[in-house]
Amino acid sequence: MSKEYNNEELTYFMTMRKLLFLTIAALTASSAFAGGYRVSLQGQKQLAMGHTGVAVVNSAEVLFFNPSGMAFLEKRFNVSVGANALFARTKFQNETYNWKSSTSNFGTPFNVYASYKVNDVLSLGIAVYTPYGSKVEWDDDWQGSHLVNNINLNAKYVQPSISLKLNDKFSIGGGPIYVNGQVEFNRNITRSLTNEEGQRSDLTIDASNVSAWGWTAGFMFKPVDDFIIGFNYRSEITMEARDGDAVFGDLPGFAQGLYSNTTFNADLPLPAEVTVGMSYKVSDKWLVAFDYNRAYWHVYEALVVSFANDTPTSVNPRNYKDASTYRLGTQFTPNEKFTFRAGWYFDESPVQDGYFAPETPRNDSMGFTGGLTYQLNKRFGIDFSFLYLHFDEVDNSYDHYSEGTQNDVSFGGTYKNVVFSPGVGITYGF
Amino acid sequence: MKNKFIYLSALALVFAGCEPEFENELGNGSYSAGDADFSSYVAVGNSLTAGYMDGTVSRIEQGYSFPNIMAQQFATVGGGEFTQPSFEDDVNNYGGLLLGGNQISSTRLIIDASAGGPEPITGVPTVEVSNLQATAYNNMGVPGAKSFHLLAPGYGNVAGVATGQANPYYVRHATSPTATVLGDAMTKAPTFFTNWIGNNDVLSFATSGGVGENQLGNLDPSTYGANDITDPTVFAATYSQIITTLTSSGAKGVVATVPDVTSIPFFTTVPYDPITASLLGDGDEAVGKATIQALNAQLYGPMVQALGAFGAPTRMSILSESGDNPLLIVDETLTDLSTELTLALTAAGFPEAQAELLGTVFGKVRQTTASDLVLLSTRSVIGTAPAGIPAPFDRLGITYPLQDEHVLTVSEVSMLAEATAAFNQAIIGIAGQSDLAVADMNAIMAQLTIGLETADGQVYNADYFSTATISTVLFSLDGVHPNARGYAIIANEILKVINNHYNAKLPLVNAGGYPSATVLATN
Repeated sequence: MSKEYNNEELTYFMTMRKLLFLTIAALTASSAFAGGYRVSLQGQKQLAMGHTGVAVVNSAEVLFFNPSGMAFLEKRFNVSVGANALFARTKFQNETYNWKSSTSNFGTPFNVYASYKVNDVLSLGIAVYTPYGSKVEWDDDWQGSHLVNNINLNAKYVQPSISLKLNDKFSIGGGPIYVNGQVEFNRNITRSLTNEEGQRSDLTIDASNVSAWGWTAGFMFKPVDDFIIGFNYRSEITMEARDGDAVFGDLPGFAQGLYSNTTFNADLPLPAEVTVGMSYKVSDKWLVAFDYNRAYWHVYEALVVSFANDTPTSVNPRNYKDASTYRLGTQFTPNEKFTFRAGWYFDESPVQDGYFAPETPRNDSMGFTGGLTYQLNKRFGIDFSFLYLHFDEVDNSYDHYSEGTQNDVSFGGTYKNVVFSPGVGITYGF
Repeated sequence: MKNKFIYLSALALVFAGCEPEFENELGNGSYSAGDADFSSYVAVGNSLTAGYMDGTVSRIEQGYSFPNIMAQQFATVGGGEFTQPSFEDDVNNYGGLLLGGNQISSTRLIIDASAGGPEPITGVPTVEVSNLQATAYNNMGVPGAKSFHLLAPGYGNVAGVATGQANPYYVRHATSPTATVLGDAMTKAPTFFTNWIGNNDVLSFATSGGVGENQLGNLDPSTYGANDITDPTVFAATYSQIITTLTSSGAKGVVATVPDVTSIPFFTTVPYDPITASLLGDGDEAVGKATIQALNAQLYGPMVQALGAFGAPTRMSILSESGDNPLLIVDETLTDLSTELTLALTAAGFPEAQAELLGTVFGKVRQTTASDLVLLSTRSVIGTAPAGIPAPFDRLGITYPLQDEHVLTVSEVSMLAEATAAFNQAIIGIAGQSDLAVADMNAIMAQLTIGLETADGQVYNADYFSTATISTVLFSLDGVHPNARGYAIIANEILKVINNHYNAKLPLVNAGGYPSATVLATN
């Protein structure tokens, strides 16, 4: 009894390690992957037309939009290669606390499509594209750093494709999709934990070479010569990150025993997507197209990260909802040298109110697109496109961060995004 | 062709330079000072204003004083420079004080993860009291100051530290040995002030366990002891003088009320009934139950019987083997039954010497009730042996009563409550006469006892540090003073009061990002 602390307290402190471990561990890795960052930049020609294309037979880009359309391509061999310079900027402010932060990021999504008409019925093709990606780098230790400091996510899709022209009016097509992706994500462990020098303790998780399989299938129907109806389905693909690295930084001495670097597992669903659409050739020179996308984001209920050591599994609600995109596009071909394109789309965000995490600070947006093709000769053309994505500024918050108490903590403010992406590509065919 | 590239490149550059813009971009124009003028903000008060935490003022933690946090927000609306007493000589950030090279106060408290409890960080302070700065600062919070100390010449005289006539913290920066805290504050020509004084007029009595006197009716503060409760009339007169001085050049400001001691973890953390079989058996219930049986047979039983015989049956009851049992304490307000107890115990067969000892020691003893407040500092002495007391009576709180300094008894608590209420009535009344804003810290801290919800949805309470609440605890390890996060809460509450009273629009403070205790792997 002649000890400095009574027994109750000793027991209390003996459980200290355990408690602290649980408390902080529950907070680690609240979010890893970006969700809702579907990047619609899968082809210069189609992007310029509002990223329509499920019922447009223009080039090998159709492998992405609707592989069944390969069969209707005029040329025997078609190649489209392109890349975009993606500028994404987000500003954040919170008037209550006079908080300001911003992120400015650059990415280069690219795509390669090739198709080959084996015979009148059968066409084969291969597509490589990057439909998902997110890169956000907030100022280190900014006010939302307990949710994310920076994230870099990308996924490359490789899709061998086959298309069968069943008759002059109808074709089907599809293929398996191989996905290879990587994610690196850093955030601070809590809103206040620092090492002895006052540097914020953080966690980086890093998984590369994550692969998965999915598939796509669709059909194209030409009831009359100038009118095409298209349908395409891309399956849900779950990226299963296994044995990625989880690395803690700037931990205080007392926590170093509790947090040893380890590996983690996490699943990220890339949602299934259905597209239906139509195109109509108003005249020889003028085509209009309409696409409707439905992305089944509801599968992204929560991000669950489990660690190889004793760190308890972290469950982070995302609660995404299915989201639609409405696309309009047109192209005008005054002569053999030039084709001009323009488009518009409305992109609904899958993020619901109260789940607006700064790793994917994306609300509904409107895309304005344009572009042109300069045909050097019958075989070779250069495509230019641009996209301007307009976001209204939005007041929203992420209300599901836990500090180990019963009450979740909200982080939010006003966000404003600007996304712009010029792109260039070449088309080759004979 | 070439032209097109140029156009496209130009277009790309235009968009590359295209920044997202808000309809109302935040800037200093987004906020306003309202009717207030923050060009010279002066904070007057005690340890709570000085940024004292974990039992000391230290260099880094001083930056988290609530006036300093607020001054950063004032800066958006024309607030001037805000200076604080220099702690540059606290090179190791251990806090504590030296006087002539001798340590006179302990280093800051930390948690030693390998040992468990809070303890002063190992090392020697480097802050020398006699290293005089002779400078007035915007932060004139002086740890330990009572209301009347702000007006007392000599409170900053280094010669008076040893005798307790002067305050070592004020000595460091008093502009002269005869300067007063308030006088130095006025040299900063405040346009805006906060005044949070009066806590120590009750708190020093409370933290001492009530060993001081209630000076109710004594109008001469020069006769008060360090742990006494200030007379409310003295307090009101002093407070009035302070406010009259601060507002003499038209300064506006905020005054803060004195929190009730029952909302401070120093008084609420240790339960009144911590004695269990498990505790007594060092974790072994069976051993503990045997101990309780023995205690009941040898001490509690005979004592209950004797007390019952002398008309004081409520003072003690036998210990429960299965429940939580209260502590033994001396209550000075009880009738002394020493003689009667000695006689009764002798008659019951106790050896004469033992009966005499027990009678003397237990003459004014009772068990604690839920109305008594056991001090945080008492936790470490429960069960320890008082000097010169033989077994089995050598366990403080269990077989030997805790003394006056260990517990605030119910009567002491009510003295404190009466004084606190009187002080707060004076503060609010005097503030009203000058149309000053009132930050009712008493009400705000009382909210902490049931849970204070901040705008981000977090709910904070007045609990003492625990590892489970490392991200939400507001009090520092001394149990009396807030930690950095707690001071941020205080700053935020005062900012809200300013916004409301002075029609200002100041940015608020989010406490969640502020640190709490220092936890070290080893000490």
